[in-house]
Amino acid sequence: MTSPIVELDGVARSFGAVQALAGVDLAVDAGTCLGLVGHNGAGKSTLMQVLAGTLAPDRGRIGVAGEDLTRGYDVVTAQRHGIRCVFQELSLCPNLTVAENARVLHPSIRGRAWRRRAGELVGAVLDQIFPRHGIAADAVVGDLSIARRQMVEIARAFSVTDVPVRLVILDEPTSSLDALVAEQLLAFVRRFVAEGGSTILISHLLGEILETADRVVVMRDGLVVESRPAGDFSRESLVAAMGSVAEAASDRAAGFVSRRQGEPACRARPVGQGAGEGPELLAHPGEVVGLAGLAGHGQTDMLVALFEELGPRRSALVAGDRQTDGIFPLWSIAANISVGSLRDMVRGLLIERGAETELADEWRRRIGIRTPDMKDNILSLSGGNQQKALFARALGSTARIVLMDDPMRGVDVGTKQEVYAIIRAEAAKGRTFVWYTTEMDELAHCDHVYVFRDGRITAELAADALTEEKVLHASFADEAA
Amino acid sequence: MSAARNPLARPLARLLEKPWLWAFVGATLVWLATIPFTPGRGAGDVLTAAFTFATFFVIVGIGQMFVITLGPGNVDLSIPATITLAGSVATKLMDGQDALIALGFVAALGCGLAVGAVNYALIRALRIPPIIATLSSSFLIQSTAIAYGRGLRIKPPPMLAEFTTARIFGMPVLAICVILLAAVMAVVLERTIYGRSVIAIGQNQRAARLAGIAVDRTRLATYVMSALFASLCGYLLAAFSGGASLNMGEEYLLASIAVVVIGGTSVAGGFANLPGLWGAALFLFLIVTMLNTYGLGAGIRYVLTGLIIIAVITAAGGRKPLR
Repeated sequence: MTSPIVELDGVARSFGAVQALAGVDLAVDAGTCLGLVGHNGAGKSTLMQVLAGTLAPDRGRIGVAGEDLTRGYDVVTAQRHGIRCVFQELSLCPNLTVAENARVLHPSIRGRAWRRRAGELVGAVLDQIFPRHGIAADAVVGDLSIARRQMVEIARAFSVTDVPVRLVILDEPTSSLDALVAEQLLAFVRRFVAEGGSTILISHLLGEILETADRVVVMRDGLVVESRPAGDFSRESLVAAMGSVAEAASDRAAGFVSRRQGEPACRARPVGQGAGEGPELLAHPGEVVGLAGLAGHGQTDMLVALFEELGPRRSALVAGDRQTDGIFPLWSIAANISVGSLRDMVRGLLIERGAETELADEWRRRIGIRTPDMKDNILSLSGGNQQKALFARALGSTARIVLMDDPMRGVDVGTKQEVYAIIRAEAAKGRTFVWYTTEMDELAHCDHVYVFRDGRITAELAADALTEEKVLHASFADEAA
Repeated sequence: MSAARNPLARPLARLLEKPWLWAFVGATLVWLATIPFTPGRGAGDVLTAAFTFATFFVIVGIGQMFVITLGPGNVDLSIPATITLAGSVATKLMDGQDALIALGFVAALGCGLAVGAVNYALIRALRIPPIIATLSSSFLIQSTAIAYGRGLRIKPPPMLAEFTTARIFGMPVLAICVILLAAVMAVVLERTIYGRSVIAIGQNQRAARLAGIAVDRTRLATYVMSALFASLCGYLLAAFSGGASLNMGEEYLLASIAVVVIGGTSVAGGFANLPGLWGAALFLFLIVTMLNTYGLGAGIRYVLTGLIIIAVITAAGGRKPLR
């Protein structure tokens, strides 16, 4: 039990001028859950890609179960040695069914009725991890909500045919899951580890890491800077190790002053809620309005409907699903930001280049986008920094109403604090924010919270009346509050 | 580091990154391979002819390029029919009189406007994929041209014909105008809200909508613009070749797509460039000239044309259009 399942020695990898990994040593023992934390751009995802075999390191050694596999290490080798990975950007084929996607990972399922057998395989694991998940094996993945896609991806990684699963890498597995389902997953991870399997858990939710992991590894600037048993860390010491200063939890309830006077900046009803039915959403100038509830209960639909109704002059939207809703992959970081403000940069008929550069540089400073050059391609940034660019796009525009669709997915603690501060400052200047979030902590930054369930608003809470219990109650209760 | 030692290294590296480079390299090589075998007439004559014919390729290529840049599935197959319709309508209306040149011009563009609007109505309102919508509309347009132009044997107005064949120092005047047009459209692509919108939609239509880009208006404008350029081409081509004919647009279907692709524009959308159109159009014409000069049979000519186009696209596809 003492020999490590996986051993990395001095693994390094650069992307152009950016050194993502600067020589990382990492060992994972059998029967442990390793928590991996660090800022965006600290190198966590890159390290996991090296381990999963999707990215070759520039140098360093990769050993699996005492065997040196550095030469020619790739996805197939990793699979053959029982190493699986659940990526942050999901890797399912959207045009295939759940069962067909399971088959992709298991070439040994062949011959007659392979679809049925693949479906049973992944269905059994789904039942095991997420009881009452409600996902059919013949459902096309593209039709599933992002949370359900994530559940399928996770179940697929834990499914076994000919090769036993030794190590499963979970990169932000709970970022699009609601609290209940996330709880199910973490409980399963503990069971899996107790039976001798290993996992690497990457998460920005520190509570999750501290509760689930046996050992916690902290990364910073492409290096491992701390590696200790989870019990030695507290929330504060973890944040300190990552190198960002934890801000005291905002205590808005105490000094809360309602801004509900005069005309609201906008009003709306959820798409599935008829007129005169349940509360209406109101957002006043200078207010931060939160949308709460379990993931996929109509919050995003309402944001998109609101955006279409208000139009791009009055409102801007910060996408949470970066790849499908936000990023223009062929463009530079600067062009990705300026696309939200093109109308304001036109002199005569033409877009003024100077204004574009100025906007990009201003937001690189204000929101701290980590890049040597804003003219670099947007994909050269880590996920969290891409998200910062999307914030910059919306906040840099002249729109008075900013709609945010769970934008903090996979964003590190330090960045979050910076963005919260900017949101508060912008709200103080009279901007209105409508903010859908799946994280309870973030609701504390809101003046007014609407809780969604089954496409309807089931509760509205002012900041001084907001408690976690009330939100949970409204999210789960059978009857509208 | 090498840039510090060699002051030319950086500009050179930047030049090598240009997507349109290979089309011009190809055109130059083909031209050089042709001139030793052109008896009597000089290299200049070959170039003059190349510019004359490339001009028409470029006009339709511009419209097609904007359409293709809108993203996967977007292509305008109605260009040849539009050329024919606009050419026939304009020639018949002008009836060989110089006084009616402007009227013919307006009528040609009117045809383009109508075709573009119909195309986008099919795509948007009836949700027909662009490739099918423009193909089926091209049958309607072609039939209209046939019905309208029955027994058409009218010469173009002399002044217009003279303009389309005029030269300054061996350079066709029309080619100069279209080089300027391409330059203007390059600015439209890079520096206007419309151009940015087209490129954004081509990369990710949903993200473009959520970033506040007027997706429908931009797509409508693009299909109308493509039809307008096709009708402009028809108008000029009818004047240039001494009258309209019912198959005058034929070779422009593949040519309009080929100049876009060879010119280094991404077939998958979201990435385009104007200079490549000129390089590719010259290249296409010069290949045919070269193979004709060598006196090869038609079969071999087609095979070689295909192989050379594949070679250029492969060379140009070696780089990734990041940025």
